[in-house]
Amino acid sequence: MEDLSLRHATREPAGGTEAIAIVGVVASGNLEVLVERVLTDRECLVEIRTTAHGFDDVWTAVVADFVERYSPGGLKFSINDGGARPDTVSLRLAQAVRLMERAR
Amino acid sequence: MATWQLEREARDRRIRAGSAVARGKMVEAGDATRLLEAILRPGDRVCLEGDNQKQADLLSAALLAVDPAKVNNLHMVQSGVVLPEHLDLFERGVAKKLDYAYSGPQSARIATMLFGGKIELGAVHTYLELFARYFIDLTPNVALIAAVSADRDGNLYTGPNTEDTPTVVEATAFKDGIVVAQVNAIVDQVPRVDIPADRVHFVIATERPFFVEPLFTRDPAAITEGQILTAMLAIKGIYAPYGVERLNHGIGFSTAAIELLLPTFGEKLGLKGKIANRFALNPHPALIPAIESGWVTQIHSFGSEVGMEDYIRARSDIYFTGSDGSLRSNRALCQTAGLYACDMFIGSTLQIDLQGNSSTVTTSRIAGFGGAPNMGADARGRRHPSKAWLTAGQEAVAGGNALLRRGRKLVVQIGETFGENNVPLFVENLDALELAEKLKLDLAPVMIYGDDVTHIVTEEGIANLLLCRSSDEREQAIRGIAGYTDVGRRRDPKQVARLRERGVIRRPEDLGIDPLDADRNMLAARSIKDLVRWSGGLYVPPSQFRNW
Repeated sequence: MEDLSLRHATREPAGGTEAIAIVGVVASGNLEVLVERVLTDRECLVEIRTTAHGFDDVWTAVVADFVERYSPGGLKFSINDGGARPDTVSLRLAQAVRLMERAR
Repeated sequence: MATWQLEREARDRRIRAGSAVARGKMVEAGDATRLLEAILRPGDRVCLEGDNQKQADLLSAALLAVDPAKVNNLHMVQSGVVLPEHLDLFERGVAKKLDYAYSGPQSARIATMLFGGKIELGAVHTYLELFARYFIDLTPNVALIAAVSADRDGNLYTGPNTEDTPTVVEATAFKDGIVVAQVNAIVDQVPRVDIPADRVHFVIATERPFFVEPLFTRDPAAITEGQILTAMLAIKGIYAPYGVERLNHGIGFSTAAIELLLPTFGEKLGLKGKIANRFALNPHPALIPAIESGWVTQIHSFGSEVGMEDYIRARSDIYFTGSDGSLRSNRALCQTAGLYACDMFIGSTLQIDLQGNSSTVTTSRIAGFGGAPNMGADARGRRHPSKAWLTAGQEAVAGGNALLRRGRKLVVQIGETFGENNVPLFVENLDALELAEKLKLDLAPVMIYGDDVTHIVTEEGIANLLLCRSSDEREQAIRGIAGYTDVGRRRDPKQVARLRERGVIRRPEDLGIDPLDADRNMLAARSIKDLVRWSGGLYVPPSQFRNW
């Protein structure tokens, strides 16, 4: 197991009012993302627990692109990764943001 | 006095020798090895029919059992090296030299044996290329083929998996060679004559049917969201704008996803009747929903697919069938159709380099070429126009006199930036180069050359290589859709942004596609059982694809 924590400042807060959401599954080649609206409007935290070692710079790049594209201010993402590919990670993060955008 | 019929005389001597163990043309299975010892001579060129799917397995076992003192140093000229026996022949010294096209399941062992000097390699070919050489410089002295049934005269019924047989027999029988057929049964009357009796010299009935593998069945349950996204990009970004009506699909999951998105996503885009209606393609079960929804007009096939027999029989408007109602396939003719009469090839690969060269070779495996290079190549002899062909030609060479401009075949590589086990699709150097150096080959085994590739599709978008005007642009276009692979992360962001402005790179959002819409619910069938349902129970999947 390897743990990574990536903190970013965002341009704006995430949309919607949903407080918590979960997407994906913990399985080989997949990942589970728990997202909570627990931070201030202009910050975002992504915490990763992964079975795959040595991919720090890929995670850093994927998360930086994600934050740039979706500006998920106020959201904390907890990722439980089963060795998912970067494109799957991007997709799950985007799906998580979409779930948070739902009206309550 | 000059003698001009030495070969015919030699053939007749072989037939007489073989007749000693036969009754007429009929030989008992137990006498197969004796027959081969009687008709074969050391150094003969032998085609031991190993097609993509069907295998002359009894004859390979019989050949392996010959006395190497009598039969040795054979030169094997066969399209598929598939069974372990095909290589055991070289270990025993029965065979020495090999010319072939495809070695899927034996790809690791063939590499080891080549490296160890156990096999003298002629060349690795594409199917059409090897078939062509059967008529010029690799004509078999003896062909050992497989058929479903024979009548007592030796007329053969090859059934749905006719595949290579007519080509092999044509080259052998009409050039004084000997044709030996293994058949599953001797019958009073064959359902249809695929090979006339006067081209067949000996027939052996086997106790169990020849081996056929379901190579083209892709379980929709295994299709990922990433593959669905690439499929959506291909349909909207390539099939639609070029108006691709006539095409060949590879056998990967991305193209299976395309087949399953036609009746859903394609229908929504209003593309029915405008794209993907005529195919050079094996009977892929994944195409059943599109056929049932009225998308497909006609399909010609290289071979058949296990479980599709009844469906094909009931859909003869779509497939080529014989007087008996079952599929008639023909690999050589379907390859020709794919080369000359299709406007697009789209398929997956294992590695793509910075100029778009692709290869399915890894350092320890030589899988051969099969048919992909014929499908995935521009046919320089083509002269008939079509919208897709002319549009691609115009993009490749802007300006000049339109009446003198060649069209271009669309050759599309589709895949996810990371394949199985997180292995990147994009590489700086193909493993094929290392292999060629290790084995001292004259050519690195490149499946599709970069200059034939027109588009590469990944979940990051489409790179249109037709629009690239320099090798530098090409490299950045490829890096630009290579995502988080090392190749992708070494892109020049400014140049990639400029290529995107010019439409050389198109991202999902440029095509109005939201990656979040790539959902498995969009597939017309999400399981093998769904395919059975679509077929009205006519598709009968093999047991390994059933979980009910």
